[in-house]
Amino acid sequence: MSAVSLTQIVKRFGNFTAVYPMSLEISEGSFVTLLGPSGCGKTTTLRMIAGLLDPTEGEIAIKGKRVNDVPIHKRNLGLVFQNYALFPHKTVAENVAFGLNYRNTAKADVTRKVAEALDLVQLPDLGARYPKELSGGQQQRIALARAIVIEPDVLLLDEPLSALDANLREDMRVELKRIQQRIGVTTVFVTHDQTEALAMSDQIIVMSKGRVEQVGAPEDVYNSPATEFVAQFLGASNLLTAQCTDVSGGEMALELPGFPKIVIPRERAADGLGPGPVRLVIRAEKLHLKPLDAADDGRLSVEAIVENVDYQGQSARYFLRVGAHQLQAINMIEDHPFATGAKVSLRFRARDCAALPVESKP
Amino acid sequence: MSIEQREARQPWILLTPALTAVTLLLIVPLMFIVVYSFWLKSAAGADTPGFFLDNWQEALTDSFYRDILLNTLKIAAITTLACALLGYPAAYFISRSKGNKLILLVLLMLPFWISYIIRTMSWINILGVSGALNSAMIWLGIINEPIQMLYNQTTVILGLVHFLLPFMVLNIFVSLDGIDTNLEDAASSLGATRWQGFLQVTLPLSLPGLAAGGLLCFVLAAGTYITPVILGGPRDAMFANLVYEAIIRQLDWPLGSALSLLLLIVLGVLVLIYNRYLGMAQLAKGLG
Repeated sequence: MSAVSLTQIVKRFGNFTAVYPMSLEISEGSFVTLLGPSGCGKTTTLRMIAGLLDPTEGEIAIKGKRVNDVPIHKRNLGLVFQNYALFPHKTVAENVAFGLNYRNTAKADVTRKVAEALDLVQLPDLGARYPKELSGGQQQRIALARAIVIEPDVLLLDEPLSALDANLREDMRVELKRIQQRIGVTTVFVTHDQTEALAMSDQIIVMSKGRVEQVGAPEDVYNSPATEFVAQFLGASNLLTAQCTDVSGGEMALELPGFPKIVIPRERAADGLGPGPVRLVIRAEKLHLKPLDAADDGRLSVEAIVENVDYQGQSARYFLRVGAHQLQAINMIEDHPFATGAKVSLRFRARDCAALPVESKP
Repeated sequence: MSIEQREARQPWILLTPALTAVTLLLIVPLMFIVVYSFWLKSAAGADTPGFFLDNWQEALTDSFYRDILLNTLKIAAITTLACALLGYPAAYFISRSKGNKLILLVLLMLPFWISYIIRTMSWINILGVSGALNSAMIWLGIINEPIQMLYNQTTVILGLVHFLLPFMVLNIFVSLDGIDTNLEDAASSLGATRWQGFLQVTLPLSLPGLAAGGLLCFVLAAGTYITPVILGGPRDAMFANLVYEAIIRQLDWPLGSALSLLLLIVLGVLVLIYNRYLGMAQLAKGLG
């Protein structure tokens, strides 16, 4: 039985459709991320699961029970907001105990559970403080403690790390994942940050403009993007229009001017793709720059000119030109980065390429 | 002059115009009133300068003044309570309305464009013997003879509520508008019904606005002079009317001064007690 199940849910605000028909099964105990740019419908979806918004159409079930008509306060969910939303007039302990007071918990149990929750988020001594006396990271931990102390069926996290500084955000990411695994609560996490999504999730749902673009494990979504949007949103990808000349024997042959013939395994191409124009996708870190005189290493090779270098310390991002095509490559730096204007041999493996259908732009 | 010296001086330069106005228009006249209250009105008409306690003795011992003072405080308290009860839902509604918040606020301010006296007198056209309400009821056949609804304590309170409600709504609104709406959502997600969430979270966080609005309404109501003149009967005089009576009618400036100072002191003491016991400082600390 799924912890959360969405069946053809739609959300419209007047004439604007925020979420197009969407179905999703979230399994018990998993960490699922709704990933996408702002306005993609991820927060709207989360708010519908929470009961803060009613779906225009479709059905939402939590633990097999339809909850469309169950008000938020009866859904038993833990909700964590980007801005923490701690009650400023209550102490940390009172904040954490808030949900327990509506669950007929005995007084002694409340004290014990609050202490346990504060232990879990590693802030055991802050119970008597007021929220404004804490740092942003501490406040977010308290918000998390407040949400999990009620033992929710599902934990809903709405961009909980976005308000934190970069360093703190990475610490909290690890911390959040640790706590989630420790208590094993089904978690739905909303973010626009691909790094967070890739690092934390069991499953990622990539959304764009109210539609689901791809559902899959982090590695699948990263390595085998289902659409151009996913290819470009996660990491840096090169997208080129190529001609598929032949499909035979589990392989697909692609040609594009200035490049050698690229023969990719059939499973690297989208289903139903045949001869004709296709979109060739290759990730920036799969393109390797070598000196022109480097020995042939069995990889495909094409001559490129470095147009620009973005030096990042341990790695560099190169902007390259191959004939009429502009490409990006991200390489680790061994000694020195290649200089602007240098001619290089660009090496890549055919199986790192993928083929997608050409999307008709609406 | 060093930068530090200049910076230390700057607030005073900026404050000077306001301080001058307050001193000339408030402090100095108040001092005059204090001095006047110890003079004595002589039978001949000219006041006798000096240090006499007669006015103060009269103001503090005459039960006539005491009763009217208590009645004034009672009317102010009822008015404040009515404004709070009527104003809170309105302020809540405005703060939670999304697109038309600005329009609603403009509508709230609209009555201020009309003179307070005109607004007060408009009740005569509504409640008077030949007013709208009586005419309507006669036309509907509910009554045969017009009823006298004006010139009693209820109409005085009605007029005061009409005048003071926007002050209350604005104060509560400012307080409510600053409360993060996620807090109510967080409370509901933790199991509180909307009403419980309101009582536990929104209401306590909006108390500073309610307290400020209450204080403003109370002080303005207790010092009111025009409303009882227009809407009250002969027995509904409030304390400010006594001051008017003494100074304008009886030309007894010393007694009028003592009476107005008495009201000032009573209200001042009430404000201090109010601040002390409503724990506004404590609340402000919690909210940071």
